[in-house]
Order: sequence, then C-alpha cells, then structure tokens
Amino acid sequence: MLQFLVRRLLQAVGVLAVMSLLVFVGVFAIGNPVDVMIDPAASEAERQAAIVALGLDQPMWRQYLTFVGNALQGDMGKSFVYNQSASELILSRLPATFELAVMAMLIAVAIGLPMGLWAGLKPGSWADRLLMTISIFMFSLPTFWVGLLLIMGFAVTLGWLPSGGRGETRELFGVPFAFLTWDGFQHLLLPAFNLALFKLALVLRMVRGGVREQMTSDYVAFARAKGVSETRIVFKHVLRNIMLPVITVMGLEFGNILAFAVVTESIYAWPGMGKLLINAITVLDRPVIVAYLMITVFIFIVINLIVDLTYTLLDPRVRTGGAK
Amino acid sequence: MKKLSTAALLAVALSASPLAADTLRVGLAAGPSSLDPHFHNIATNNAMMRNVFDRLVHMDANMRLVPALAESWTPIDETTWEIKLRAGVTFHDGTDFEASDVIYSVERIPSVPNSPSAFTKFVKSIEAIEVVDDLTLRIKTSGPVPLLASDLAQFSIVSKQSAEAYLAANPSAAASITEIDSAAFNSGALAIGTGPFSVTKWAPEETLHLARNDAYWGDKPHFEAAELRPIQNDAARLAALQSGDVDLIDALPTSDAGKIREDAKFTVFEKPSNLAIYLHMDTERDDTPFVTANDGSKIQNPLKDVRVREALSLAINREGIARAIMDGAAKPAGQLLDVGFAGASENLPAPAYDANRAKELLTEAGFPEGFKITLQTSNDRYVNDEKVALAIAQNLTRIGITTAVQAETKATYFGNASKQAYSFMLLGWGSSTGEQGSSLEALLHSYDEENASGSANRGRFSDAKFDGMITEAMQTLDEAERNAKAAAAAEYGIGEQHGLIPIHFQNNLWAARKGITFEPRADAYTIIDTAAAE
Repeated sequence: MLQFLVRRLLQAVGVLAVMSLLVFVGVFAIGNPVDVMIDPAASEAERQAAIVALGLDQPMWRQYLTFVGNALQGDMGKSFVYNQSASELILSRLPATFELAVMAMLIAVAIGLPMGLWAGLKPGSWADRLLMTISIFMFSLPTFWVGLLLIMGFAVTLGWLPSGGRGETRELFGVPFAFLTWDGFQHLLLPAFNLALFKLALVLRMVRGGVREQMTSDYVAFARAKGVSETRIVFKHVLRNIMLPVITVMGLEFGNILAFAVVTESIYAWPGMGKLLINAITVLDRPVIVAYLMITVFIFIVINLIVDLTYTLLDPRVRTGGAK
Repeated sequence: MKKLSTAALLAVALSASPLAADTLRVGLAAGPSSLDPHFHNIATNNAMMRNVFDRLVHMDANMRLVPALAESWTPIDETTWEIKLRAGVTFHDGTDFEASDVIYSVERIPSVPNSPSAFTKFVKSIEAIEVVDDLTLRIKTSGPVPLLASDLAQFSIVSKQSAEAYLAANPSAAASITEIDSAAFNSGALAIGTGPFSVTKWAPEETLHLARNDAYWGDKPHFEAAELRPIQNDAARLAALQSGDVDLIDALPTSDAGKIREDAKFTVFEKPSNLAIYLHMDTERDDTPFVTANDGSKIQNPLKDVRVREALSLAINREGIARAIMDGAAKPAGQLLDVGFAGASENLPAPAYDANRAKELLTEAGFPEGFKITLQTSNDRYVNDEKVALAIAQNLTRIGITTAVQAETKATYFGNASKQAYSFMLLGWGSSTGEQGSSLEALLHSYDEENASGSANRGRFSDAKFDGMITEAMQTLDEAERNAKAAAAAEYGIGEQHGLIPIHFQNNLWAARKGITFEPRADAYTIIDTAAAE
C-alpha cells in the first residue's frame, strides 16, 4: 500500500513538471499580454515600461526558471490584471466552484441512480424507453443553450429563481458557502442542475447497462434459486458490482466539473474558478492561466488517487492484487 | 440594516416585482479589475472609479470638460496654468480635500507598482506644482500643453492623509506613500475618494457594493446604495434585466436592441459614442504581405496610391452596414469623431456609396481588373467586428478587389497589427479626450517612436503637410483656433488623402426597467450618480 502511494506521488511530481513546461510554452505562443492590457493610445515608450514592469522583457527560459523557482516555494506569481497572488486568487474562487460541482454530482447521482435502476430492471417497458429518450437529449443538447433556456424558463418567465450570481453566503470554517443560506441555495439550483444534466444521463445509462448485464449473470440466478429476496439481490449484490465503473467515471467527471465548469459559470455569472480562467485567457493574464492549469492538474491527480483507493475498499480483489 | 436589505432583495427575487427604490442593481459587461484608480488605465476601471473618485476636471455625457474638484483652470502664460480648487470637499473618511492631495496623486501615478497600463502620460508634462494658497495651485509644464485640462480629466484624486495614516499603521507595506501597492486599495483600506459613492464591499469579478456619499459636493445621488455586478455573457446580462434581478444593464447587444425597444417594460438609452471603427492600410511598404494580383503574383502595393484608397472608401456601403449589421446602433462616419465633438469638421460627412466612381478610380490608378487583398480583424473587441469586416469584403469584391477576411482574437490581433504584420486592418479608436486633434495625431502623424507621435499609426501613413498641420494645431493654446486647425487637418488627412477610412461610430446602449432614468454617455462609462427611479 505504501509502495503504491509513493509510486503515485512520484508520478504526480513528474506530471506536474511536464505540464508546467507545456503550459508555459503554450501560453508564450499566444501573444504578448501587454498588447491586450495597455491603453490603445499608449506610446512605444509606455509599452516598453509596462513590459518591464510585468517582467516580460526577460527571455522565455529565464522567465520559466524564475517561475519554477518561485513555484517550488509555493509562489505561483502575481496576476497582471489584479496584482494579487495568482494561486490565492484561484483558491479564493475554489469554494464557489466546489459547492457547485458537489451539488451537480448530488443531483446527477440522486436522480440518475434510481432512474437507471428502474430502467434496467424493466427493460423494454415504456418507462425504460422514455428515460432512454430523455437521456439522449440530456447529453446531446449543448450546456450553453440549455443554461439559457433554464434562465428564460425559471427566472424570466416564471420568476421562481434568480437568473445568476451567487447570492448571500455564510461562512463555514471560515470559508464562504452559498448553500448555507436560502438565498444562496436558490442561486445554486439552476447552475447546478444545468451542470448535472450531462452527468445525470451518464449515470442513468451506465447503471441501466450494468443492471441489465448483472441481472442475467449466474450469481443472480443462483441467489434467486437460493430464495434470496429480489430487493436484497438488487441492492446488496448487483448495485455493489455496478458501482465500480460508475465511481471511476464520476470521479473523473467531478474533476471535469471542478476544472471546466467554464460555460455554466459564465452564463450564470457564478464567481467560480472557470469564470476566472476564461477572463484570464481573454486578457492573457499569464500567471493566472499557468497557476490555474497547474492547480487543475493537481486536482486530477488527487481525484484519481481517491478513485483508486475507493476501488480497494469496494473490490477486495484489487486489494489482494496490490498486496502481491 | 444589511440583513434587512438582503431580506428585501430576497422578497423581490421571489415575487419578481420592482425593487424598493433605495438600491440600484446594475449588470455590467465587465467589472473593475482593481479599486486603485491609478493601477490600470482601462475604460472599465476608469468608468467604475468615476463613481467613487473625482478628478480635477470631469467630462459630461458629451465629453465636454466641466469643473469638478477644480472650479477653474486658466493659462497664465505659455507654460503655467492656475487651478482654483473647490472648497469644502471631504473624502469618504472625513478628511478634507486639499492642494496636497493633488500633488500626492500626481506624484504617485508614475510609481504605482506593477501597473499594466500606467496613467503616466497624463502627468508627464507637469514639471512642478506650486501651492499659492489652500485652494489655488499653479501647474508648470515642460512646454506649451494646450490640452492640459483634458489630461487633468483623466486621473483620479486620492487622499494623501489617508495614505499617510495607512503607512503609519502598516509600515512594512511600502517604502513611501507614493509606492503604496494597489492591494491597499483593493482591500478597501484606501479606496477612499471624494466621489458620489463610497465602496462598501468588493472582490475581483464579484459585485461592487457602493453606498451613497451624503456629503457629496455635487448633486446628491438618488439611490442610497448600488450593486454593480459583472455579467459578461450578453444573453445572461439581458436575462438578468428581464427577470428583474438587475435594474440596469450596459452594453445591450445590438441584436436585442430592437426587441427591448418595443417592450413596454424596459427603456433603452442610446448615445452615439466617441468610438470610431475605421480601416487602416499599409501605405509605407512597396511590397506588402497581404496584397497580390488576381493570379496570386506579387504586385507593387496599390494602397500607396491615393486613388485606390479613395476607391476603397467609396465602395463601402456604410448606410447598409449601420442598418443591417449594426441593427441601427451605429452612425456612418467620415472622420474620427462625430460633428458636435471638439475638433470635428462640419465638411466631412460619411462618403456616399458610389461603386461606379470607385471602379473608375481603380481604372485610373491602373487596376481595372482589381487585385486580391486580405482584411484582418479582431472578432471579440468591437461590436460585430467580424461581421462588419465580412460586409466590407463583399462591398469591395463587388468593385473587383477580391477581399478575404481573417479574424482572430484581440489577444493576438493588436500585437500583430502593431508589428506591421498586416496590410489592411479593421480597427477602432475611442478618443479619450473627446476632441479630434489627439486622435489624428496618434493615428495619422508619421510614426515617430521618440516623440510618441503616430503611436497608433499601424498603416504608417506619412505626409509632411499633414504632420505640419496637426502638429501646429496641437500646439495652439486657444481652444476655438485649435479645434478649427484640427478640423482642417482631418479634412486634408482623411477627406483628401484617405490616410484611413472611417466606417462608423458605434452607439453605446444601456437598457433599464421602466421607471429608471439614466444618462447615457458618449464614453460608454456607466456613471450612476445621475440615475434615478421615478
């Protein structure tokens, strides 16, 4: 187990190092941030002054080495636009994105799992066919369009929910969260639901497929012959067996939401990390882009690790396999 | 009190009825990136900071100079201006506004750490400031600076006493008060102005909360408080207005303007802007990268011929573009600022569409069969920029100039355009001074890095007669005379020489729920002290 962890950590460091180089080169190829940020009426001398002020007069390799040196000490650089530490800026937005992602995953699993079970246990029924059809829409309609449709429906026409923003927040362990207040919770619903749709369809289809496959397997037939109740077969045995792939995929999807909820966050003006990233890209705020991608890589590494550890808990074979 | 207003907000969100009259909620296409008014010279920051800080001189909705913290400004001799300051003005923290605050602001501007676009150019002509008495200043300039008042209208006045108190409490923050970092402003500690509103809460890209300054020297704002929320996505910003989440939005998309105008629940506020969309052409190089003959072979740069430039201008159907592409939210242009602005010419209407004359001119210039050219444009900077470029390309193709359009993001476009990577460019120019002379000097004066003339002359147009005319105009102290000379320079440089081709002036659009009044501005600033509810 320990060997497994050490190996994973070393891999993680390697991935981070390679990513930092790729990201740095990529960001460099886009253009000079000063051309975007400076007043269009500025003279060449003023432009040069800004380039020096932002440290962009140095050759690329030196800028990279400076970045790596500072990053090793936990300093990811200062945002050009906000003149604030890039990592602090991003981490200050993490709670907003985190609660949005958790809420979206809860919605996806809470609705997708029972629906998938229902459809899988009654294949070919009208409910099965209806759910399959709806799920096609859920993952094929663009998030952007559905998001606007939800706003038009629930905020503009019905007036039940706010159209955007995060609303009032309350602090928990010193971190502000919106779901703790009624106002904030209302603001959370629409964006979370919008984000959840795709994952919901995914869970639904995976569970349905898994249930159909497992229900025809030998162990289920044997359990039935033994007289085990249908409820026990489904919830104790079948569900457990189909959860492995579902957890893997949901783990990756969770990382995806955390890192790239960009579209939903922009439509709902949700002050999360994705919105920060997209704004940073439009003005070429290099330190924020680089820090963001590094943090994203880190998040994915951590999630993958958690998924692997969860495996060992759910499936004893993985555990024994690892011990050998 | 805070709890109460939140409860009120909630009730409104639930019932979707109009809000209690005391808070104005605004949806902005872009919020400020800093609360330090000297950190980043960019329109979105300058606009928001005008709600919190005052300048010595203000620009009204038509960009004319009006007294603010300075009650008058008079030239005493060629290089000295006397400024009378307003009496009885206090900062939000209660300290008095004094002559020393002006000196401190001017001294701080060049030394703001890490500024991505500094305000230095507005103070660099100031050599010394003499304090005559508490309310009288004498500004000595390095040479004649006829537009000093325009410069004074560009930067905010911050409090020296507050800065000193801050440094005394946080001695490690900076070496001296002129080197205080923008972080001290962003935290709210120094976001202290004399303006109509004070800051109550802000974080990057989150809602800017303002409270009315009841001690304001000017007309007292109608609203007790304001919330300015950045909602970048156009459709989402409009939806926020339609659902009653906000009372006012800026940058109403032109494609939705028609629908909202007809809706009795909303009011649209519209104002022709100081932003001219124009085409710049490479008039310097004989061999220019994006022009070829029809068969793809190299040709001598045709854009150097004034007849070809005039043909391009006449071939563009500006009326059609303003109507069909801009949905009426633009006015065809024949110069860089519309009639009514200082230095604009009465004799430069938008050239009428005349494809036949354009063809004749091409034939005269030796291109009866036309040529091939690529028009470069940004696709995320100006309203409908790529669509406008496509329409222009169609117009030009019709007279035989086969025009392709290449669009790219502003993040790379402007850098490439400045490096002379292109031959034919769609660009925009907003006159921050509200007068045409400085625009002409930046865009059409021969490119001169040392003297900072022609700093935005991406086509490298160069004409000795024009240089002389505009330089003389900009050194004229008398305002009326200066404006007449600038107008004459425009008539020559744009009207006769076609150093650039103006397309249209964008209109600035705001929309509000019925009952809200707002003064639309030529500079697109969302300044809310004059906003009111009926």
